[in-house]
Amino acid sequence: MTEAAAGQKIAGTRHPSLEMRGITKQFGAVVALSDVSLSVQPGSIHALLGENGAGKTTLMRIAFGMIAADAGSILRDGTLLTMRSPADAIAARIGMVHQQFSLIPAMTVAENVALGGKGLYRFDDIADRMRAVATMTGLSLNPRAKVASLTSAERQKLEIIRTLAHDATLLILDEPTTVLTERDTGELFEQLHVFVKTGRSVVLITHKLQNALSHADEVTVLRRGKLILNAPMSSATRESLTTAMLGTVLNDTPLARPAANRLHVVARVTAPAVEVFAGEILGVAALEGAAGPLLRLLAGRGQGPTADIPAPERTGFVPENRQDEAMIPDFSLAENIALRNAGQRRGLIDWKKVNEDASEVIRQFDVRAAGLEATARSLSGGNQQRFVLGRELGDNPSLLVLENPTQGLDVNAAAAVHERMRAARNAGTAIVFYSSDLDELAELCDRVVVIGGGRVFSSSPDAGEIGQLLLGIETAEHPIA
Amino acid sequence: MPELSLLADALVRATPLIIAGLAVAFAFRGGVFNIGAEGQLLVGAIAATAISLWAGPVLGRLTLFVALPGAAIAGAAWAGIAAELRRRFRVLEIISTIMLNFIAIHLVSFLVRGPLQEPTRIYPQTESLAEAARLPVILSGTRLHAGFAIAILLAVGFAWFFRRTALGFRIRATGAAPAAAWSAGRIDVGRTSYIVFLVSGGLAGLAGGIEVSGVTFALYENLSAGYGYTAIAVALIAGLNPLGVIASGIFFAFLETGALALQRDFAIPSSVASVAEALLILAALAVSSLRGRGIPGLKRVRPT
Repeated sequence: MTEAAAGQKIAGTRHPSLEMRGITKQFGAVVALSDVSLSVQPGSIHALLGENGAGKTTLMRIAFGMIAADAGSILRDGTLLTMRSPADAIAARIGMVHQQFSLIPAMTVAENVALGGKGLYRFDDIADRMRAVATMTGLSLNPRAKVASLTSAERQKLEIIRTLAHDATLLILDEPTTVLTERDTGELFEQLHVFVKTGRSVVLITHKLQNALSHADEVTVLRRGKLILNAPMSSATRESLTTAMLGTVLNDTPLARPAANRLHVVARVTAPAVEVFAGEILGVAALEGAAGPLLRLLAGRGQGPTADIPAPERTGFVPENRQDEAMIPDFSLAENIALRNAGQRRGLIDWKKVNEDASEVIRQFDVRAAGLEATARSLSGGNQQRFVLGRELGDNPSLLVLENPTQGLDVNAAAAVHERMRAARNAGTAIVFYSSDLDELAELCDRVVVIGGGRVFSSSPDAGEIGQLLLGIETAEHPIA
Repeated sequence: MPELSLLADALVRATPLIIAGLAVAFAFRGGVFNIGAEGQLLVGAIAATAISLWAGPVLGRLTLFVALPGAAIAGAAWAGIAAELRRRFRVLEIISTIMLNFIAIHLVSFLVRGPLQEPTRIYPQTESLAEAARLPVILSGTRLHAGFAIAILLAVGFAWFFRRTALGFRIRATGAAPAAAWSAGRIDVGRTSYIVFLVSGGLAGLAGGIEVSGVTFALYENLSAGYGYTAIAVALIAGLNPLGVIASGIFFAFLETGALALQRDFAIPSSVASVAEALLILAALAVSSLRGRGIPGLKRVRPT
């Protein structure tokens, strides 16, 4: 199959293994990618760096045919590709290993490798293919083992073997080292180096600077959907990449931040150790998904252990997932208002009062709805967000936990939310605020805790410092909060 | 007046369908797939019979006030087994309640041939209930008993309960979206589901108690003509709306009594009615999903 052909490519015209030109993608009003180009050379490991939400995964999902780009073209070994689905990408011998594994634990390794193939399942064929992959890269697993018995490193390995068994010569790995120990990470990169030796290529999506610096041959940096840097790794330094990822942080005039009431601890958990005081906005910075459990614990919505101080009776919570967690889509707006504190309410529901509260939220937060009896489902995304925020803020809570509350809002609506957060803080509410936008954290917060690598650091509200801590760079003394 | 007596017969038949239909609607609204109304109804019938026979001579006219609550408690306890299995071992109630139906059916068989059999030991049934332990007839000259009035009152009370009370709202929220009920409403979803199991089972048990005290006056096998199963259809056709359950319960009762009359007078098999019931359920499900809403509680793929 491949080695001879790939070898010729190196010797011959030497087209890029993958070239993406002028890729633009918009989700609703959000521009995810704007005119991004990328070129992956054969025989190289290409690091795609950027913060959360920079557009790395979106770009690679486009390369893998999962999302259609609004504009731009994709070339594979110099040939223009038409991508309608991942099947087209697989036919073009592109393989992608997603951050979330897509394995079936109850099945064997061989059966999982066979998934997505066509025709009959024959164990011997699959075992042959797996042997071929093993001789090519050194990646090997027992084909008869049950996936349920594998460690996460082995599952990662299986994902890669499966992709390679389907003849991929361009391998896209989305944050492959998140689940790996340091030793497994080293082993993975050794195998990737063997893999690319014969003219194949790897695109490595990562936010870990160290992985990119020590193992990649080329680097592309995205920031907020824009291409910032595309260079061979030899010309990049830790400093240049950090700046490219985070941008130069402008220190605008600090806002007056009233002192928090240090005597009044509103919420506290011990593992990790976090305290929230009345009258402060405590920012939480974390990589995608890592803050969820802590936020829910603080808000009294945790699943397992409870916080040291039980969440106050009036605790507002705005989850990121509005549709599933914040409201009941088939209930009317009035009923969704009644949902607030439904767990504590006894006796009868005063619907007149509920309707008044609902009208108040709709008026104050400019929710465009057909009326109180309209279902929550009928609202647009932005209106749903304002409705939920209005409900949780409207109750004068003593503690308010917000998870990406301005996501999906336009600039003015976001500013209005910020204004209300400040007003609530000044009125003595303790606010815990998670945002994936570090500038937003820096602008609003009195204090910030950063969750990185399973540890919690306290940081000043400065986007640069927060960003570095998130990348695992400890620049100064950062006491564990 | 034969028409009046036909109407009364249909309403007598509608009584267990409405009450068990309310039991099913209550469960489904609360996100609990109680398929076990049949078993809970039978256990309620056992309890009402046993209480009436043993305590009847002492209690006299007060017997009903003990026997009917006893039937409800027995039904709740029977559903409580499924609730406990779900809470402790995450056993799907769809499975456990069906299995409990079989156990209840065989429990009746055992009792009417054993401890509860009538004194002559000839027939597989219990002694008849004393006159004082029976539900009064509310339309003289017919068999229509007070149980029908209880069914209507329960439906109205149930509608009010869901609309006005905080607990009713918690149950609706838990059934519609458990994740949001917990996260936005801070509702104890597990506890709420438990209550739903017990109330639903209690209603079904009461249906069984009323059937014994108002119609059969004794416990025997096949006491329930599949009321607990037809109740699922009654609840679904009503869109889980308690007032709608009255209408759909009466409708199904007419269908069944009519089918029996057709079989008797024209030799048309009464299974035609069963086929018609099944087709109606399928049509109702299709229409509700076409309207894009689905029947609440039935959209949930995985139980929590």
